[in-house]
Amino acid sequence: MPRRTDINSVLVIGSGPIVIGQACEFDYSGTQAIRALKEEGLRVVLVNSNPATIMTDPEFADATYVEPLTTEVLTTIIAKERPDAVLATLGGQTALNAAIALDEAGVLEKYGVELIGANIAAIEKGEDRQQFKDVVEKCGGESARSEIIHTVEEAVAAAESLGYPMVVRPSFTMGGLGSGIAYDEQDLRRIVGQGLHYSPTTEVLLEESILGWKEYELELMRDTADNVVVICSIENVDPVGVHTGDSITVAPALTLTDREFQKLRDIGIAVIREVGVDTGGCNIQYAVHPETGRVIVIEMNPRVSRSSALASKATGFPIAKIAAKLAIGYTLDEIPNDITGSTPASFEPTLDYVVVKVPRFAFEKFPAADDTLTTTMKSVGEAMAMGRNFTEALGKALRSIDKGGAVFHWDGEPASGEELDALLAEISRPTEGRLVATQQALRAGASIEQVFEATKIDPWYLDQIQLVNEVAAAVADADALTRDVLVQAKRHGLSDAQIAKLRGMGAAGESTVREVRYALDVRPVYKTVDTCAAEFEAKTPYHYSTYDLETEVSPRERPAVLILGSGPNRIGQGIEFDYSCVHATLALKGEYETVMVNCNPETVSTDYDTSDRLYFEPLTFEDVLEVYQAELAAGPVAGVIVQLGGQTPLSLAQRLADAGLPILGTSPEAIDAAEDRGVFGRVLADAGLPAPAFGTATSLAQAREVAEGIGYPVLVRPSYVLGGRGMEIVYSAEQLTGYVERALHAAATDDRTTTGSLPAPLLIDRFLDDAMEIDVDALYDGTELYLGGVMEHIEEAGIHSGDSACVLPPVSLSEAEIERIRRSTEAIAKGVGVRGLLNVQYALVSDVLYVLEANPRASRTVPFVSKATGVSLAKAAARVMVGESIADLRTSGVLPAEGDGGLLDLDSPIAVKEAVLPFKRFRTTDGVVVDTVLGPEMRSTGEVMGFDRDFPRAFAKSQAAAFGGLPTSGSVFVSVADRDKRSIVFPIKRLTELGFEILATQGTAGVLRRNGIPATIVRKFSSGRGADGEPTIVDLITEGKVDMVINTPSGQGARADGYEIRAATTAADKPIVTTTQQLAAAVQGIEAVLAGPFDVWSLQEHTAASAARKAGAGA
Amino acid sequence: MSISTPSTDALDTDRTAVLVLEDGTTLTGRPYGALGTTFGEIVFNTGMTGYQETLTDPSYHRQIVVMTAPHIGNTGVNDDDPESRKIWVSGFVVRDPARRASNWRSVGSLTDELVEQGVVGISDVDTRALTRHLRDRGVMRAGVFSGDALVRDGYPRPTEELVELVRSAPAMAGADLAREVSTPTAYVVEPSGDFAGREPLKTVVAVDLGIKSMTPQRLSERGIRVHVVPSWSTIEDILALDPDGVFFSNGPGDPSAATHEVELLREVLDRRLPYFGICFGNQILGRALGFGTYKLAYGHRGINQPVMDLATRKVEITSQNHGFAVDAPIGEQATAPHDGGRYGRVVVSHVGLNDDVVEGLECLDIPAFSVQYHPEAAAGPHDAAYLFDRFLDLMTSGAASAAGLSAATPSTSAKEN
Repeated sequence: MPRRTDINSVLVIGSGPIVIGQACEFDYSGTQAIRALKEEGLRVVLVNSNPATIMTDPEFADATYVEPLTTEVLTTIIAKERPDAVLATLGGQTALNAAIALDEAGVLEKYGVELIGANIAAIEKGEDRQQFKDVVEKCGGESARSEIIHTVEEAVAAAESLGYPMVVRPSFTMGGLGSGIAYDEQDLRRIVGQGLHYSPTTEVLLEESILGWKEYELELMRDTADNVVVICSIENVDPVGVHTGDSITVAPALTLTDREFQKLRDIGIAVIREVGVDTGGCNIQYAVHPETGRVIVIEMNPRVSRSSALASKATGFPIAKIAAKLAIGYTLDEIPNDITGSTPASFEPTLDYVVVKVPRFAFEKFPAADDTLTTTMKSVGEAMAMGRNFTEALGKALRSIDKGGAVFHWDGEPASGEELDALLAEISRPTEGRLVATQQALRAGASIEQVFEATKIDPWYLDQIQLVNEVAAAVADADALTRDVLVQAKRHGLSDAQIAKLRGMGAAGESTVREVRYALDVRPVYKTVDTCAAEFEAKTPYHYSTYDLETEVSPRERPAVLILGSGPNRIGQGIEFDYSCVHATLALKGEYETVMVNCNPETVSTDYDTSDRLYFEPLTFEDVLEVYQAELAAGPVAGVIVQLGGQTPLSLAQRLADAGLPILGTSPEAIDAAEDRGVFGRVLADAGLPAPAFGTATSLAQAREVAEGIGYPVLVRPSYVLGGRGMEIVYSAEQLTGYVERALHAAATDDRTTTGSLPAPLLIDRFLDDAMEIDVDALYDGTELYLGGVMEHIEEAGIHSGDSACVLPPVSLSEAEIERIRRSTEAIAKGVGVRGLLNVQYALVSDVLYVLEANPRASRTVPFVSKATGVSLAKAAARVMVGESIADLRTSGVLPAEGDGGLLDLDSPIAVKEAVLPFKRFRTTDGVVVDTVLGPEMRSTGEVMGFDRDFPRAFAKSQAAAFGGLPTSGSVFVSVADRDKRSIVFPIKRLTELGFEILATQGTAGVLRRNGIPATIVRKFSSGRGADGEPTIVDLITEGKVDMVINTPSGQGARADGYEIRAATTAADKPIVTTTQQLAAAVQGIEAVLAGPFDVWSLQEHTAASAARKAGAGA
Repeated sequence: MSISTPSTDALDTDRTAVLVLEDGTTLTGRPYGALGTTFGEIVFNTGMTGYQETLTDPSYHRQIVVMTAPHIGNTGVNDDDPESRKIWVSGFVVRDPARRASNWRSVGSLTDELVEQGVVGISDVDTRALTRHLRDRGVMRAGVFSGDALVRDGYPRPTEELVELVRSAPAMAGADLAREVSTPTAYVVEPSGDFAGREPLKTVVAVDLGIKSMTPQRLSERGIRVHVVPSWSTIEDILALDPDGVFFSNGPGDPSAATHEVELLREVLDRRLPYFGICFGNQILGRALGFGTYKLAYGHRGINQPVMDLATRKVEITSQNHGFAVDAPIGEQATAPHDGGRYGRVVVSHVGLNDDVVEGLECLDIPAFSVQYHPEAAAGPHDAAYLFDRFLDLMTSGAASAAGLSAATPSTSAKEN
């Protein structure tokens, strides 16, 4: 039936900040949904607290609210906008939970809003363990034997019948949060305790272990006419026991016969019907016993999920878009398949290629964390690759991960004897590096049976890895690189760099291999993702490379612009960069043929209709060069954009330029100038700009010399990194030695470098204590500077800018200071030779403005600045890169006719960006949360924006959006370093006036009491419980008796005293303040919350108000 | 566009196989299965699972099948999944054959099975390029040559010679192949599953034009006794079995050449015996009713084909394998043209959503219906299994969905005749 006529406006709920388990795939799905709904002429209202998303761009929805996803705020928006319906199935678990809360609060009923695409009963049936178990049985499926428990004691009792090991899964959490495997009672008590806490219904499921079973997923869609189709099957290479988000996965399933596959399909369809998923997407996970084929249904998600995004990219079937259309009444047969244009969406995609997804982890950011992979998801991103067979797709996926040690290698002698035994023991524990270790074990002669015994990875996959080893051996042993040898190597996924290494060809080997390859005409062809295995003609140029006969790239006349994306999400390089890439394509489409190259399936940039052409390819030199060659053969290429995708494409700039590719915007030489300390130092000196004393070093001796010359503390980091990877504040020569040794070790094991020495120098800077840090995003065309925005950090310098909250416009900088920042930024832009975006970090200490660093590329804050100021910097940057001037852009309206982001009027709203940190996910092997102190190493996964008329309100909104909000009553625990004791007096006093009870340790309490602030002394953790069981502060926090913790670390050591306090607070999900600046902001925020409910404005209203003010000022 | 592979430098006959198309296209790959020469009509199948069922489906008799899914053989072969007594394809084209089979039901490797059954195949070719070529040019004759077949007098055989051989092979159009695949003798499939050992609810005679073993199984598990009889059976043979209904199976060949089968079906229809046909059985019904059949450019072969049941407007994902289709008007009631409307009114009951091909026929005045696709699946989704229930209903009520049966119609059961 056609679309419903009773729905004219829809509220779409987004997924909030990027967190582990819920990443930018929901920006992708939400963006698709909004476009699909707009296409139908509906009024779309969007709410999402994440400013780094494409979906929150004002041009997508009719009314865009960047506001916290709390019931209170959502109610305000519904009351104001009065939508006919709410669509919550495309915003992950966050949106679904928000919708359930709205329903429970009676808001939907009160305002007559219909929940579309799902119904509450279905959500409950799908997510409530017992109800779901009943459904599965009714559908002829089996569930693991299990029990539902609500207390730890019930769990211990249940263990008697279920036996260990046992899987623990809390109800209604996402990304497997709080789940785990208990091997004994101690484990059980700990995991169940946490699980009960995380489950909003205080409910946990215990079930028999199915560890080591084969794991599969199906993505299904259903419409209102009860048509159900399976979009994609996904097989996990890692067997049950590793969260599917952390598993290497393959599409389609490769080790099932048709009978077995149809059984999964039959059960899946019966389940989706029985659960009553109204319309839309749904994901079901299965375990299959490797020896008996017994099938167990693990769980289902009655919504678009991370796997749906993967399935969409893997098949070309746009699940989110179709889900949105189904939600407003269409049936599958009424919706065309965009890819073919001639067939309907009511079919099941069939693949003539293999898709492999590999997760990307960030354990290096959390050295104390246990790196065993479990049923709690820990990866921060993923890369996907396609090939015409598994080995090719796997090789491409592994190199897409863009991380040392990620790809197969044949270095050194194979392991022997005891080493092999150790290797076999190692691979029995799932970790980030298990697949490479598995390859090494097979290389060392372990049999497939032995490796299967250790890993439970299906023998077919192990044989494929063995095949890669055999091909590698053939490459290494061949007399010469003949065509046949090269073809085999490329067909099984080896890169030129791997081939060069196998042949012992040295540093320039990769180029030599390429030249031989070209001479023998061994080049990739590009096939098309067409949903139908070539049965019908594809209209969509969505390509992947392979070594086969025929290429499908069609010729074109318009010049192409290649945009290099940012690859897998990682901490420090995430959705913000995808945002900029997508903006570039939007800005250039029409005039140019935009060609996106990226390998991240979660993104909007890899949606097949974002750019004119999409190449789903690894972002390595070889793969990018081949895409360029293919496009050059298809028509003129205007150039390549490398400055929007973060460090990954930026680091390719010089090599691509050397290979003859035209780099648009800032030249590789200028990029180097900003990175090269010596050159950059001269730029600053010429402009008369002060920078903290600095030096560079490539050896330990050099590093010590430099550090002593500057004086400790110093900030040390390797050059060419993003997200402060490997950045540390170093207070002593001893600490420095440790740092350098670790860096040398890392360089030796990084297979992307060909030498064992540091690939680039270490940067050593004077560390500025107590400085205010300022971040600037600007645009430069060679003559004019457009200051995009000036952000004042709330935390002091020394905390990574990505983890620091910041405010725009700056609330404590004078106009003169902003003017100084503008002049400095312009001098840097000019000196470096920027054409496009520039990000500069400054530190303001005692009225001196130090330049900390400058990055001639899109920064993490570009989307935030763009949302806060209503100007799309990335779009403007793309136009500058293809030769337009800022003056042109002011004329054409891309930039405001006058003024810029540095000169915002006093009535401009205030935007606060707050970081969201993943500490809860990372536990030590003892099961304790890792330390949560912020430092120069970035560890946040995402961000939110609070937007309001003044700072306190905006800050309070940012806190509500980031973690549920500041407390308005109760008790606050205070324990601060001596240097901070003075500055806490006023804010703490204010807290007591607001009615909070203050708890403090002895020392801090003394200071407070002498200042007339009543404070209750509590026992230190180190003192243990008192004689009569008096609790320590950690006990109080764990028991939920503390509503906020203020704890600034005193030591400089890695193990500051407050660790247990901070860990307990994080585990208890309570706000924690670790700097005095944060405290001041928190107190202001609490006052704002107490002043009454938040008001809401859409971005469009903000823009209209700003335009009205300007018009008023002009009149 | 040419999709010819540059020939290898030196001819290594153990490692080389050549696929030659009627239009002169050649692809070089590696031998897969038996070495030798084979000819057939080259068609592509887009199923991602079910290679064992495909290979043993008699409808693929005399066809060289290209699998678009790149990895074939991963789950080996087992004793449960074959759809008939042997592999029928005349040749097999894949990209990446499995080196190792992995599945708990596997009893051997597919490669060994192909060698054992003498099936000549080729691997390591660009199956996607080949599929696109067939999509654009239509199916055609082809040959696979490997081993000694590539050599003459110690020298590689010229490509032109191989092309000539292919061009002289028989074409599919006009071929009557059902006889070649049909069971030589009749056999009985007794009720199974919940009905095992019980008195049959109904008795059906299934005329084997290339029947897949899943079809009698789907009937038997509904309590039906199935007499599978050779394609050359006569109406007397059928009536002798005293059936409640008659079924015509899938099978290879051109329906326009199936004169005997069409005549036989008319005898069945004249007696108002409830009739159900699948695939070839649909084309035979079409022809018996007086409609034409035609050859599709490249056919429907896969397990993801959307079909709409026009009565319920519901979509089912179906398993298909047909190169010919019935030419009947969609969306309207028509009078069956044969013999001045002797069989009354007929509608197209099912239509393929990808290209609006007739996928099912339903007679309104006589108890007969058929579908072009494969409700027995194997391989493929089970969405259309309801059609077997519909057949049972038709035999039980004498009407089922054939609601238009008038009282004037002669009795609907052979037993009353």
